[in-house]
Amino acid sequence: MSDSNIHSDKAIEDAEKFLAVQKRRETVTLAIRYTILTVVGLIMLYPLIWLIGASFKTNTEIFAGAGFMPVNPTIDGYAEGWQTSTPYTFGRFFWNTFLIIAPKTIFTVISCTLVAYGFARFEFPGKKILFVTVIGTLLLPNVVTRIPQYLLFRDLGWLDTYLPLWVPSALAGDAFFVFMLLQFLRAIPRDMEEAARVDGANSFQTLIYVVVPMLVPAMISVALFQFMWTMNDFLGPLIYVSSVEKFPVSLALKLSIDTAESFEWNRILAMSVLTLLPSLVVFFVSQKYFVEGISAGGVKG
Amino acid sequence: MSGDGRLLGFWYVLPYLIGLMVFTAIPFLGSLYLSFTDYRLMQGASFIGLENYADILTSDRTFRRSFNVTMLYVLITVPLKLAFALFIAGILNSKLKGIGFFRTAYYVPSILGGSIAVAVLWRYMFADTGLINMMLTSIGFEAINWFGNPGTALFTITLLRLWQFGSAMVIFLAALQSIDKSLYEAAAIDGAKPWRSFFAITLPLLTPVIFFNLIMQMVQAFQEFNGPYVITQGGPLKSTYLLPLYIYEMAFKKFDMGYASAIAWVLFVVIMVLTLVAFWSSKHWVYYAGDKRS
Repeated sequence: MSDSNIHSDKAIEDAEKFLAVQKRRETVTLAIRYTILTVVGLIMLYPLIWLIGASFKTNTEIFAGAGFMPVNPTIDGYAEGWQTSTPYTFGRFFWNTFLIIAPKTIFTVISCTLVAYGFARFEFPGKKILFVTVIGTLLLPNVVTRIPQYLLFRDLGWLDTYLPLWVPSALAGDAFFVFMLLQFLRAIPRDMEEAARVDGANSFQTLIYVVVPMLVPAMISVALFQFMWTMNDFLGPLIYVSSVEKFPVSLALKLSIDTAESFEWNRILAMSVLTLLPSLVVFFVSQKYFVEGISAGGVKG
Repeated sequence: MSGDGRLLGFWYVLPYLIGLMVFTAIPFLGSLYLSFTDYRLMQGASFIGLENYADILTSDRTFRRSFNVTMLYVLITVPLKLAFALFIAGILNSKLKGIGFFRTAYYVPSILGGSIAVAVLWRYMFADTGLINMMLTSIGFEAINWFGNPGTALFTITLLRLWQFGSAMVIFLAALQSIDKSLYEAAAIDGAKPWRSFFAITLPLLTPVIFFNLIMQMVQAFQEFNGPYVITQGGPLKSTYLLPLYIYEMAFKKFDMGYASAIAWVLFVVIMVLTLVAFWSSKHWVYYAGDKRS
């Protein structure tokens, strides 16, 4: 008996030693992990922090040092940058951006929801082939369709309007969102829909009263991504929108670095901050939808 | 749900079908047709067969330069971005406090990175009197003329893409978190070192996500436009003149749309071939759970 007791005491001692070593090792790796994460994070975010700081500096101070804190904070950059070198203020360009984004986002959510519903809940001739085209369009580089699209919009008389930016979205043109909503729909059980149909609801009523309420988080994800992407979109407006009075902020910002203002860094940096602000605010307010959206379909960017 | 007839579902997808035809399928074939013509805006098009392609592949030096730069750009950015995204995801994938905070912080550049504002920021950061040079001189290094020589100019636009590793990282992180922890415990009991578990368990289970990220990142990298257009304007000496820039200028500045379409098709074929190679090779390296081979 006593012999085995000695053995088990020794075993416990060994185990404790082992655990202590392991614990120390864990603490060390944890410290390394935090150090890497913090250093990388700081390096990554410093440009943005500097941008915000520099937008409150005077032009001379911007070139005086790499720090981000302005010595004498001023909003001159904002006040002067807002006026631009065009007859319009940045307010106009923000309004134009809104005029592009709001319809585009709403059209996208509606059309992609209808289409995803059709794919997820019905069988019809040619469905398989049509679904293959969804994946195909996902991978199809836009560069190959852009020129004929431009010629088409020219022939329709849509150049220098927002129609080329709206209409493709109204026809579920962003296959990625159809795909994303499909992934969500597949995960939603059909019992409630079937019950609604038994009670006499038609397929559209079922969509509106049963499916959509469950799909709302996914639809918000779609709206958010479309908002961000349209906010960042530059090539679309660059090709289709030619008069300054219709410019969205992305084009206005490019215009300001091409003109005499380009020497006034503080103005341009201030306007850069303002154009990033909507996306940042939306992102921070609605993070959880982004994470859900990314996990559902994977995201470009 | 069969009471409404077989075509009911078809009505729901009809908007997509119309959009597919009008804005994708017809333009797709249209650009193929245009690539065999000398179509210029305001002028008619006449069919010239393979002449555009012959020019592109034999005598067009700008194309060759642009093509090489594009390949270099994609070959550098895509693997580096994926490796870095995976590395950070690996570090984040443990019982860390504040994991949500770091995930958010790393994702912010992916939200903003494609914007013109960030391209403008990049241009000012790497300018002669910009942030990076101020930092270099303050710690005793010499300022670098980033946009003045080909290597460093390409580096700046490469860095802009690497900076946006967050979206790939979030996908990796989700995949890492879904790996069954008991696999690692079993491996540890069998005496496997952590790096051995990484190569024997983590990496194989991640291959489907690596594959997905690889395809998406590649297709996007080939289409990069905003960065070089705003930051370097394709220069110096066309060292950042990626093919999308060349296509844009040919089509919308010189209005030589036939020729531009031909370049676009060459780019398309390159992307297609590389995508198909990836799909074909995936049989040999992508592991799907429930697969009989392993």
